[in-house]
Amino acid sequence: MPEGKEGNPAAMNRTAVESKADRELVVTRTFNAPAHIVFEAWSKPELFKRWWVPKSLGMSMFSCDMDVRTGGAYRFVFRHPAFDQPMAFFGTYREVTPHKRLVWTNEESDQGAVTTVTFEENAGKTLVTLHELYPTKAARDEALAGSAEGLPEQFAQLDELLAGRS
Amino acid sequence: MVQYNETRLDASFAALSDATRRGVLEQLSRGDASITDLAGKFHMTLTGMKKHVGVLERAALVTTEKAGRVRTCRLGTRALEEEAAWIERHRQLWSARFDALDKIVEHLKYKEKADARRKRR
Repeated sequence: MPEGKEGNPAAMNRTAVESKADRELVVTRTFNAPAHIVFEAWSKPELFKRWWVPKSLGMSMFSCDMDVRTGGAYRFVFRHPAFDQPMAFFGTYREVTPHKRLVWTNEESDQGAVTTVTFEENAGKTLVTLHELYPTKAARDEALAGSAEGLPEQFAQLDELLAGRS
Repeated sequence: MVQYNETRLDASFAALSDATRRGVLEQLSRGDASITDLAGKFHMTLTGMKKHVGVLERAALVTTEKAGRVRTCRLGTRALEEEAAWIERHRQLWSARFDALDKIVEHLKYKEKADARRKRR
């Protein structure tokens, strides 16, 4: 076991990211709460908007519309001080099984991913597995470059730049 | 932009799918190390570490060189840099997101317990 300290909660809660095959991304993390609580944080807009865009990204979620039921739509609009235009992300919930499974599409382009999130409760803890499937490898590789998700590094650089000026 | 052979890229991602092997790459990014060093650092047998290094070597992520009885490992081609950077960017994003989610989940759990206590009274 590499660098693992048994019983270390930080190790238990580590976010694992794996690239599976060419078109997929798998992220797993265990949360110290039952599945219905973790699911709530994914399905209520007022909670979701508080974590989906971490503060470290420097962005804010301008609006967050989520109709969390099978066939329902979502639309997120982000803003960042460095950009004039807001960025919108939207798609459809393909499957909603409360406390167990969420599947949504991303429809800004035909290169968007299908995201599947499962919630598995065991002894009061919940294993969250997020799986993104892109239509092509190129789409997956570019997902970071072209989206809000690709920005943290740029923002870090911008922050450094701004800090240096003040 | 360098064009990579698809098969080799598959091998690279397969190699990167293992936590120990990612750890080995991270370790080698700080400096070359022998198989014995790596086995010690990751609390593994020499045979186990040789297998991991073999997978990384076949994916061209690591090269090894034997001098006397010591086999030294070092990072392979720049293929690694691109793949590892890609994964690292995702890891940063998801770690930040899930750390924030963790706090909210803790808060909700606390609230639920407090509500349950209030009802019992």
